[in-house]
Amino acid sequence: MATGTESQPDSGGVRGRTRAAIAAPHLRTDRWWLAPAVTAAGLLAFVVYSTWRAFSNAHYYAAPYVSPFYSPCLAENCRTMRAGPNAEVFGSWWALSPAIIILIFPLGFRLTCYYYRKAYYRSFWASPPACAVAEPHRGYTGETRFPLILQNVHRYFFYAALLVAGVLTYDTVLAFRDPYYHWGHMGLGTLVFLANIVLIWAYTISCHSCRHIVGGKLRHFSRHPVRYRAWQFVGRLNAHHMLLAWASLVSVALADFYVYLVASGVFDDPRFF
Amino acid sequence: MSSYEARFQVWRGDASGGGLADFTVEVNDGEVVLDIVHRLQATQAPDLAVRWNCKAGKCGSCSAEINGRPRLMCMTRMSVFDRDETVSITPLRAFPVVRDLVTDVGYNYRKAREVPAFVPPAGLAPGEYRMSQEDVERSQEFRKCIECFLCQDVCHVVRDHEENKRAYAGPRFLMRIAELDMHPLDAAAEKGLDRGRAAQDEHGLGYCNITKCCTEVCPEGIRITDNALIPLKERAVDRKYDPLVWLGSRIRRRSS
Repeated sequence: MATGTESQPDSGGVRGRTRAAIAAPHLRTDRWWLAPAVTAAGLLAFVVYSTWRAFSNAHYYAAPYVSPFYSPCLAENCRTMRAGPNAEVFGSWWALSPAIIILIFPLGFRLTCYYYRKAYYRSFWASPPACAVAEPHRGYTGETRFPLILQNVHRYFFYAALLVAGVLTYDTVLAFRDPYYHWGHMGLGTLVFLANIVLIWAYTISCHSCRHIVGGKLRHFSRHPVRYRAWQFVGRLNAHHMLLAWASLVSVALADFYVYLVASGVFDDPRFF
Repeated sequence: MSSYEARFQVWRGDASGGGLADFTVEVNDGEVVLDIVHRLQATQAPDLAVRWNCKAGKCGSCSAEINGRPRLMCMTRMSVFDRDETVSITPLRAFPVVRDLVTDVGYNYRKAREVPAFVPPAGLAPGEYRMSQEDVERSQEFRKCIECFLCQDVCHVVRDHEENKRAYAGPRFLMRIAELDMHPLDAAAEKGLDRGRAAQDEHGLGYCNITKCCTEVCPEGIRITDNALIPLKERAVDRKYDPLVWLGSRIRRRSS
């Protein structure tokens, strides 16, 4: 197909000297900016809210509910939660909010998640802002070098996220107690926690790394029928990874906010039985 | 059947320069953009250069950018546009322009040649290959590719950075590597070729920041990012960045 006009190194992008001479960086006429703008607003709102809650170090426990931002609570300065997720691994020297210790793991999991990467590369870094819309950067090395090459640690954050999801499951079981720690009760908070943990697990299991680990790495599914089934199941969930990422992000914030409202005395947890 | 007059801006020119030219062309019910371009050639611009062939979305020839979005002209219905809208048609903006709507897509053929071909398994002659459906169905999705190069055109790694064309194969050919790496009978590993590692080291997989534009524009609906690029990135992690996998493979090798 050589025509004598093969491209020469040229950093002009779509306005390079060999390309069709069009001055506009793009000719899209639809509202291409809406999706990155909404994404940026949603992520920023969560960052602001979670930063406030993580550093506040208050109103994170209202028996029997513990905020997912503070679970497991790994420092000695945590509130004592009866049969709750206390584990004083960090001892007494940790003086900051205990949420900071544990939030690193779900934060790292989401920060390196393939969906969130797409979301923030597009909406915050404009790389690209939208498909066929020219990006503003002069150079681009992607994930080939530090620091973005560290995105390859995603699977380790996935392993950590599994452990955190396990602890949050335990917290949800504890939510079937009443404020006096008697079992076999339910309140509105129990439902909030149930919805949250279902979404957290769905998001965690639908992860691309999980899909690879359970079976995607194989070349012969026919020799591993159980892993093939698991891969198919994760694949079906994975098709909704973006939706689950947002739903679980909202649900974890809502679960935390619910605990905050009850713990700060704004209202009492409505009890069903 | 109803018809109306629609306004178009079509890029005319060549490597030395050019611009958007205004046309008003008759549009009839059920027509696609390629029909309009053909009417334009027949009635107003007989020297308009355009590639096309099957008119059925299977040959991948009539790739262009319509209202700034990479699409096949033969698969873009005029009914998706408002009647009073001016529709722009330009050549693919990631490749050197030849003339009018025709670009030099030679970059893609050079990259295709750089991907090592399928390595036949030892001891099996053609015709003796036997594979289970579940083993080949992943690769079969990628075989739907019609080589329209819309994914290559929209990928910002080369679209916005010409200098990356040397190091980066683009989504279409990373998908080809994934297809071969997932192929149940490919014997590349036995010949010392590690496709996952090569994707990262020699074909620029690390440049991909999985923003999914390739998937968005694929006229065949191939989930390029989810089913090819991300699995390939995970395989590269296995080979290069996961000490546990490395340790496991060393132990297995020693015990065998």
